[in-house]
Amino acid sequence: MSAGTRPPGADLPEHPDHLWREPDPKRSYDVVIVGGGGHGLATAHYLARAHGITNVAVLERGWLAGGNMARNTTIIRSNYLWDESAAVYEFALKLWEGLEAELDYPLLFSQRGVLNLAHSLQDVRDSVRRVEANRLGGIDAEWLDADGVREVCPIVDISPAARYPVLGGTYQPRAGIAKHDHVAWALARSADAAGVDLIQGCEVTGIDVRGGRVTGVRTTRGSIAAGRVALCAAGHTSVLAAMAGFELPLQSHPLQALVSELLEPVHPTVVMSNAVHVYVSQAHKGELVMGAGIDAYTAYTQRGAFHVVERQMAAALELFPVFARAHVLRTWGGIVDVTPDASPIVGRSPVAGLYLNCGWGTGGFKATPGAGAILAHTVAHDEPHPLARPFSLDRFTTGALVDEHGAAAVAH
Amino acid sequence: MLLIPCPWCGPRDEAEFTYGGQAHVPYPRDPAALTDEEWARYLFFRDNPKGPHAERWCHTISCRRWFNVVRDTATNEVLAAYRIGEAGPVIS
Amino acid sequence: MPRQLPSSAHPFRLPTGGRIDRSRTLTFRFDGVAYTGHPGDTLASALLACGVRQVATSIKLGRARGVFGVGSEEPNALVRIEAPYAEAMVTATTVELCEGLVAFGLPGRGRLPDGPDPARYDAVYAHCDVLVVGAGPAGLAAALAAARTGARVVLADENGELGGSLLGRGAADDWGARARDELAGFPQTRVLRRTTVFGYYDDNYLLALERRTAHLGAAAPAHVSRERVWRIRAGRVVLATGAHERPIAFADNDRPGVMLASAARAYVHRFGVAPGRRAVVFTACDSGYPAALDLAAAGTEVAAIVDARPQAGLWAQRARDAGLPVRAGHAVTGTSGDPCLTSVAVRELRDGEPTGPVAVVDADTLLVSGGWNPTVHLFSQAGGTLRHDPARVAFVPRECRQAVEVVGSAAGAFTLAECVADGARAGARAANREATEADLGHVLAPPPDPDDIGGGAPPVPLWLVPGPDEPRTHFVDLQRDVTVADLRRATGAGLSGVEHLKRYTTAGTAHDQGRTSGVLTTGVAAHLLGVEVSALGTTTYRPPYTPVPFAALAGRDRGALHDPVRVTALHDQHLARDAVFENVGQWKRPWYYPLAGEDMAAAVARECRAAREGVAFMDASTLGKIDVQGADAGVFLDRLYTNMISTLKPGRIRYGVMCRADGMVLDDGTVLRTADDRFLVTTTTGNAAAVLDWMEEWLQTEWPQLRVHCASVTEQWATVALVGPRSRDVLSALAPQLPSSSDDFPFMAWRDTRVAGVAARVCRISFSGELAYEINVPPWYAPHVWEAIARAGAPYGITPYGTETMHVLRAEKGYPVVGQDTDGTVTPQDLGLGWAVSAKKRDFVGKRSHARADTARPDRKQLVALLPDDRHTLLPEGGQVVADAPLPAPPVPMLGHITSSYRSTALGRTFALALVRGGRERVGQRIYVPVGSVLVPVTVAEPVLYDPEGARRDG
Ligand SMILES: Cc1cc2nc3c(=O)[nH]c(=O)nc-3n(C[C@H](O)[C@H](O)[C@H](O)COP(=O)(O)OP(=O)(O)OC[C@H]3O[C@@H](n4cnc5c(N)ncnc54)[C@H](O)[C@@H]3O)c2cc1C
Ligand SMILES: [Zn+2]
Repeated sequence: MSAGTRPPGADLPEHPDHLWREPDPKRSYDVVIVGGGGHGLATAHYLARAHGITNVAVLERGWLAGGNMARNTTIIRSNYLWDESAAVYEFALKLWEGLEAELDYPLLFSQRGVLNLAHSLQDVRDSVRRVEANRLGGIDAEWLDADGVREVCPIVDISPAARYPVLGGTYQPRAGIAKHDHVAWALARSADAAGVDLIQGCEVTGIDVRGGRVTGVRTTRGSIAAGRVALCAAGHTSVLAAMAGFELPLQSHPLQALVSELLEPVHPTVVMSNAVHVYVSQAHKGELVMGAGIDAYTAYTQRGAFHVVERQMAAALELFPVFARAHVLRTWGGIVDVTPDASPIVGRSPVAGLYLNCGWGTGGFKATPGAGAILAHTVAHDEPHPLARPFSLDRFTTGALVDEHGAAAVAH
Repeated sequence: MLLIPCPWCGPRDEAEFTYGGQAHVPYPRDPAALTDEEWARYLFFRDNPKGPHAERWCHTISCRRWFNVVRDTATNEVLAAYRIGEAGPVIS
Repeated sequence: MPRQLPSSAHPFRLPTGGRIDRSRTLTFRFDGVAYTGHPGDTLASALLACGVRQVATSIKLGRARGVFGVGSEEPNALVRIEAPYAEAMVTATTVELCEGLVAFGLPGRGRLPDGPDPARYDAVYAHCDVLVVGAGPAGLAAALAAARTGARVVLADENGELGGSLLGRGAADDWGARARDELAGFPQTRVLRRTTVFGYYDDNYLLALERRTAHLGAAAPAHVSRERVWRIRAGRVVLATGAHERPIAFADNDRPGVMLASAARAYVHRFGVAPGRRAVVFTACDSGYPAALDLAAAGTEVAAIVDARPQAGLWAQRARDAGLPVRAGHAVTGTSGDPCLTSVAVRELRDGEPTGPVAVVDADTLLVSGGWNPTVHLFSQAGGTLRHDPARVAFVPRECRQAVEVVGSAAGAFTLAECVADGARAGARAANREATEADLGHVLAPPPDPDDIGGGAPPVPLWLVPGPDEPRTHFVDLQRDVTVADLRRATGAGLSGVEHLKRYTTAGTAHDQGRTSGVLTTGVAAHLLGVEVSALGTTTYRPPYTPVPFAALAGRDRGALHDPVRVTALHDQHLARDAVFENVGQWKRPWYYPLAGEDMAAAVARECRAAREGVAFMDASTLGKIDVQGADAGVFLDRLYTNMISTLKPGRIRYGVMCRADGMVLDDGTVLRTADDRFLVTTTTGNAAAVLDWMEEWLQTEWPQLRVHCASVTEQWATVALVGPRSRDVLSALAPQLPSSSDDFPFMAWRDTRVAGVAARVCRISFSGELAYEINVPPWYAPHVWEAIARAGAPYGITPYGTETMHVLRAEKGYPVVGQDTDGTVTPQDLGLGWAVSAKKRDFVGKRSHARADTARPDRKQLVALLPDDRHTLLPEGGQVVADAPLPAPPVPMLGHITSSYRSTALGRTFALALVRGGRERVGQRIYVPVGSVLVPVTVAEPVLYDPEGARRDG
């Protein structure tokens, strides 16, 4: 080791000296947010900062932001297929672009671009379709041929001899990654500073409804009255909806991810492939972060099966032969709430004063600030934010789905 | 990798099976008579409990038979497995 | 060639002892310098023997670091290996020395090897009654007790040698050997060495990694896989995974020369290496003493045993008897050295606070024992819960839903006798039998335990020795450079849970996954927060237990084996004709057949011309084929297809569409009625399996009363499409019995006949609008029939064509392709297939959905043709369609997108199919397709552009 070079871990940003208080719950709040993940915290932040509503509690059954927020692979992009989705995610991406400054916190938000690879002629058609739609929608998007893919990410194997050769890919330069904990903690710190009570170890066990209107929640730390209640419980939303007496078209599945050891930089961007199913980025510290599809069956176990990981590693090496001697350091699972059309459900619920924010499934991290802002608006005005309208619950009745997986787009 | 007891073949690795979602959701007798809401329930709404869940599996790469399983979604413990047409266990 | 070094090159090698082979010398290079060692050494032991103290630098602070542990718990000695194999990052303590090894120390971050990895990897399944993890005394006893019952036993251990902690204590050599020998005699028992069980999943499914060749170095046989993943399903599991010693946080506790006491001891006994010349031992439990005594016996001067406990007990007496100075009630408060250890500061400890004068003790080695952490990682992965045992100062297993038992020091047991007895009982129990006296006696009688002196003093919890300054060099996690000061910042920021503290500081997230640091972090944090250790708990242990190479997990599923390649019976024919192939699902299909000098466009134009003007043929074997049989087959198909199937007459064919329950198109294809109670259904290539599954699902779960059976016959028939105005001429030459007139063999009929002497089923169907036949024959005759067609067609210029030409021909006719012109949001009506949706049938799958508000909307996206104003402009597939020019500012409202786009020789122009909002209403209108920076004007047309009257299909 040559003397004088900075150690590789020397320059990573630190968290601030103060994060949040640990208050006891009050007897009543104007708004109770169930779930202290990214979406719940962002909702609290925007309720306070954009709508001046601060008599708010975020109730979290475990530790703050310990659910999917702590487990996701942090891909941020807005190049979704359908206009309705692209609009929401682009709204969020624009917020991301100002979030570090807004929250005064290093979020390690890195617009290093996201590549979605195409491996078949149909993949190419679908990709071009999405790129063209994005461009008309005002979203940065490019179609790259295989050489273009290699230029962006030199370690991708574009050999025509591959089992499913890379025929090209879509590229969104403004897309990227951020550090999930930093994001959650920054939002939490902001909400806390505005007077929002962040209450951990507080599980909602019942929802009180009187005359079709929500009046409060029961928790492991006592009953709490609330004029409005917003559900931000991700994989547990069905359980909460059942407490309020209605059902949702959600299925909760394990979704796994993993990291390698810290490695010198080799991977400059984010690569996703649906056909050779894996997605990979290299985080700031140097670990490869990767994931693939959900486990097939529903479960609340926060763990998946290992053959899913094995398949994902085979896919990873198909695309990145250079990863052969990287090591899987740690694997884990989250609980993702999947809707029939792979799009979220946001807006009013069948119970007055109770608002829904769920169904973000495998892809809600990128929405975090957007989902928070939209839900805060919806709660504050008791009326869905315009961007949320296509994502109402009644689309399942009319058939006006926003079918992101039917359209062969990727949902992460 | 769950060990799923196929009622026809015995316990086998999960990778041999296909998951089929909630069990005992019959195709409506007369779909035309349903309201849009009722039809939407059939199409899109499935139980999603945290706890025992009656669900369908198909032993795809072996006997190819569909059957039912009661599995606790909080632990993945398989509580029962039974053939199509057989009555499921009473899980309290 | 590094020259042979004199034996003084091993200044720390003891004259005798160790489990190394001193008769052979291995040369290796570390950080560019040549060294030697012996078979049996690890890279770490060889480096220590050679006097190399600094192995790496730390990730954040760049501090010098040396060997700290002896196995997979090592937090410091990270290295990269260049030869004889490549490794991005491993610990020197787990690298078995081999000839020619080339390694480099790492600053906490690995470097991926550039070149391709030439090694092979594989995976095997194992089923056993009892899996024993860990071959220390408890594990060996468990395996023996289980094996003696005749049970199928698998015993796995990560080391190259069985014995576990026995090896590192120099204890019970022959006991271990006898146990090994006896195990070898059980045919039902499989012993896996160099095999780390790294994952414990549901239903006793465990994964292990066997390292098969790395220790052989360049001599590794090429045909043996480098690493093997074991997928083990066990009836019961006995975890005998031992315990890891833990460090103590004091100032500068990271210097090269500071080492776990148990590790130092293991270097003496296993490798014949003295960790230093003069040592201080700092302990909070009895374990420091035997280590000190062993070192002293090996010739290392023990300058002091610093015991944090005021009452050190029997062991202290032993040590004093042996002439070793013991300072009870003292602590090490700091170290000096530049960078390697030269002295240790010792002070009295009163109520956890250092007091009184500082004694500086010269030493090049400091052994630390802060107590033991049972290795409960696999138990936790299994879903087991832990409890804190204050007497043992350890988190020990509590309960688990799975069939698992934890024994030995992994369960908190102290003595060898306990471990062996525990193990034997658990092994027998796991094999469903109670252990007998015979098990516990004889071979399993516990060996003499050098560490059991008939009474010790209890351990004390000692996490932190407060220093005079800010605890910035009190390392908690050596690999992540996390200090007590960092933890203090985190608690000061308002964090009070271990998961948050871990994330704030990154403690426990490095290569070693907090093996030595995890519980220490909890202890220090509890101290800082003023709560009980038990209240904080540990972070969740997640798989894998030790890092697993990507390549090992990918196994053989790479390259050509990544996904099976399916080829048809005619593949050789296509190769002989220089076909360019397209991947369609797993299939390789000919895309086009270029002649010398032809590009794709020219080849496709030629193929299309042949089909429209003469005759052409293609391999259509990949289309899915399902044989549907039974008295209720017609009723069944009526329910699944949108149109009526049951009215089809035997001998006839009908086109049909299937929808999902949500009303969207699932698949389409032709249905042949082959008998009153039998149909042959064809599917698209990509959906063959899905449609069969779909049918089975409905049959078995909804309509078990229907008497219907389905079977895939896709690979039982090879299919050749013979297309073009001259196709009849070709076929009549080959199938003289087949009626040639359309009256006798009409469109949408099939006949069994002989083609080129082979029994064949010929269908008159057309996916091109031309007179066409599909010839189905058993696959083994397909090459013969194909070549016969080629010969018979030669006078007409018969031309093979691929999928691209097929697409051009079908698109000219406006025939949609499911998956290309549909995307899961398209109804049959959207495609213009309303004629194939029965209004009469009371129900079919999907029907109810067509009546929903959004699905019934008149302005849905509908399939239409687009004709660019410029006949040469080829529109991009996937291109979007807009109403107005010039484009407004984004977001621009979009009408739909182009699903198919081709150059048509027959039409003498380019054209496209597109899904366009309210498309049928727009026929004749001008709309636009943005292509790059231009707006291409196009006219909307009815989708059938070629031969709209259908005049050509009868030839
Ligand atoms: C492995 C994995 C990878 C992913 N990768 C990506 C990605 O790359 N990009 C992307 O955009 N998205 C990704 N996602 C999805 C993303 O993580 C989620 O969509 C998003 O985090 C969900 O919102 P949230 O942060 O609020 O959820 P969570 O963090 O899960 O928050 C929900 C919270 O509600 C709490 N809760 C539940 N029930 C109760 C109750 N009764 N009382 C109180 N509290 C309760 C939970 O404990 C939890 O903390 C991934 C998800 C996973 C699991
Ligand atoms: Zn079966």
